[in-house]
Amino acid sequence: MTTSMTAHTSSTIQAFSDGRKPLAEMRDISIAFGGIKSVDHASLELYEGEVVALLGHNGAGKSTLIKILSGAYQRDNGEIFINGEKATIDNPRDAKRYGIETIYQTLALADNVDAAANLFLGREIRTKWGTLDDVAMEAAAREVMGRLNPNFRRFKEPVKKLSGGQRQSVAIARAIHFNANILIMDEPTAALGPQETQQVADLTLQLKKQGIGIFLISHDIHDVFDLADRVAVMKNGRIVGTARVGDVTKDEVLGMIILGKCPPGAIPGPGALAS
Amino acid sequence: MASGMDKSAEPAMAQESAFQRFLRATELDTRLLGMVGALVLIWIGFHLAGIWRTGNGIFLSPRNLWILLVQTSSIAVMTTGMVMIIVMRHIDLSVGSLLGVIAVIMGYAQVYVLGPWLGVGHPAIWILTVLIGLGAGALLGAFHGYLIAYAGIPSFIVTLGGLIVWRGAAWAVIRGETVAPMDERFELLGGGPFYASIGATASWVLGLIVCVLIVLAIRSGRQSRQKFNFPLRPIWAENFLGAVGCLLTLGTVLLVNSYYFPPKLANDYAEANNIPIPEGGLMIPHGFAIPVLIAAAAGIIMTFVAVRTRFGRYIYAIGGNPEAAELAGINTRRITLLMFSIMGILAAVSACISSARLNAASNALGQFDELYVIAATVIGGTSLAGGVGTIYGAILGALVMQSLQSGMTLLNFDSAFKDMAVGSVLVFAVWLDQLYRRRSN
Repeated sequence: MTTSMTAHTSSTIQAFSDGRKPLAEMRDISIAFGGIKSVDHASLELYEGEVVALLGHNGAGKSTLIKILSGAYQRDNGEIFINGEKATIDNPRDAKRYGIETIYQTLALADNVDAAANLFLGREIRTKWGTLDDVAMEAAAREVMGRLNPNFRRFKEPVKKLSGGQRQSVAIARAIHFNANILIMDEPTAALGPQETQQVADLTLQLKKQGIGIFLISHDIHDVFDLADRVAVMKNGRIVGTARVGDVTKDEVLGMIILGKCPPGAIPGPGALAS
Repeated sequence: MASGMDKSAEPAMAQESAFQRFLRATELDTRLLGMVGALVLIWIGFHLAGIWRTGNGIFLSPRNLWILLVQTSSIAVMTTGMVMIIVMRHIDLSVGSLLGVIAVIMGYAQVYVLGPWLGVGHPAIWILTVLIGLGAGALLGAFHGYLIAYAGIPSFIVTLGGLIVWRGAAWAVIRGETVAPMDERFELLGGGPFYASIGATASWVLGLIVCVLIVLAIRSGRQSRQKFNFPLRPIWAENFLGAVGCLLTLGTVLLVNSYYFPPKLANDYAEANNIPIPEGGLMIPHGFAIPVLIAAAAGIIMTFVAVRTRFGRYIYAIGGNPEAAELAGINTRRITLLMFSIMGILAAVSACISSARLNAASNALGQFDELYVIAATVIGGTSLAGGVGTIYGAILGALVMQSLQSGMTLLNFDSAFKDMAVGSVLVFAVWLDQLYRRRSN
């Protein structure tokens, strides 16, 4: 098993690196909850300015794998490398120190406080006396929200009073305000209408252009083909395979998701159906 | 950008009534207004009932209101912490028992340890006693916090256990006896003896200082918003808020300065200090009682902690969404432990006030206080679901509870009926609050 694992990792790196060093590399990651292996020896890497879509059924382990990178879960096994160096990520603070920002599927907003307080949660701006500098934080919030959602002006209200799209833009603002190198987007458009979904797509491409590496978790295979450079498919906690978007068809990707069957255009992982 | 925002806000404003416009401009909390209104109604109601029953309304006399403030102090101090505990989705059922055990520890320390060691009446005794009490409160609270945050036991269970354990411990420390009397200076913390207030001049000075601070706070808030070109409150609204704040402060000073020493005490005081007694007797105003000042200080400090510090922000964030707080990198366990420790310190402050006021420490001190503290906090608008609550609301809630009890006492209600009324008011207040929240959402 271990040998095939290593073979998979090195082969994908050769296949996709084009001589670049990966921005983030997750190697042989496993985690179990109460005996159930949610993620089973998964390896995945991400390059500068690249969007990697992570696909799979509900419960396939996508969110769990990504939460290990963002520090929300502690892995049982495996290693993480950031810019080629081994990284210690034991909690969300560690991940943020490495420039990893996450937009969670649940948005992870504190509903009872306002947009600025959420934007700076855990990283508040303080005055020289050590107290909260709410005015400075509101100013920064107005600036970043002005770019994302120019019509937004409900800065004084708790975020639970905002619409789904507005809440989403607060969560996105929080992820991009702190100069992330690596952005994790877990179902970023699940709560959005078509127009707002398009906004998120535009933003994703714009961030990619700035050289940020993006992990995109999505159910919508059409979205994925429009935005992503590569797809990685998970099933039962294992990686079925990874492929450049141009090398596989939508049907083949669906086959990977549903059957675990790896098409010729993809590089098989440990979860691929033996054929 | 700022001007564009103002313009878009205009059309909505035109449709509002004058009162809504007033609320929007002053950014006053309608719940707060409702509570103040309820309090005023209760006060006037008891006053009129007094006139009707006895022909002599005494509820709104300076003496009664002064005593009301002193009686509220101990509970008010603890509500300031209970708000934050409940906001964080926890509960502390042990504060009454904590108060009891800390009071007997402090009583034991002054009477059996510090008194014999330093000599009775030594000026350091009260300071050491208070430090011992605060230290004990911090430790016991931190112990609760540790069990809740790190051992993962629900706060309801930990503090329910604490409620029983510390009441028993209070008995064990002094084997059920009542320790008295307290050190003379320590006694001042309770406002019991008539000298335990700061007098007329100091009260006026304090009132004026508070007025200056109110004006400065409003001005600096406005200036910093101006610097970033944020929408501002209209000038008249700022002036209105400043004027109301100053008038309330000075009105309170006038009230506490209108309660004079009883003639006998005034004469004793005059004799002791060689002051000639004028025609018609000497009028010595009390001014603010020391426990009231302690409670006010606790309210101001805890409000500052809640709204101006990271710690306070994290408490609200944890209450709003514990998982989000964790994902934002907040060390929620450490915050929980700290908050319970602060609650212990506040229980110790209340223990000082209660035992000093009684001039004795007994193992029954503070019994049922946890229920009054939680009730006052909830009447003050703190949601048991977490995330929502203000400290000024809780202090007002404590004042409402105490007003009901004092008012019914003055009307000679049986204590059984008093309890029934207070309990019903708690449920009624929460029901009103539910209606309000449903309408405002």
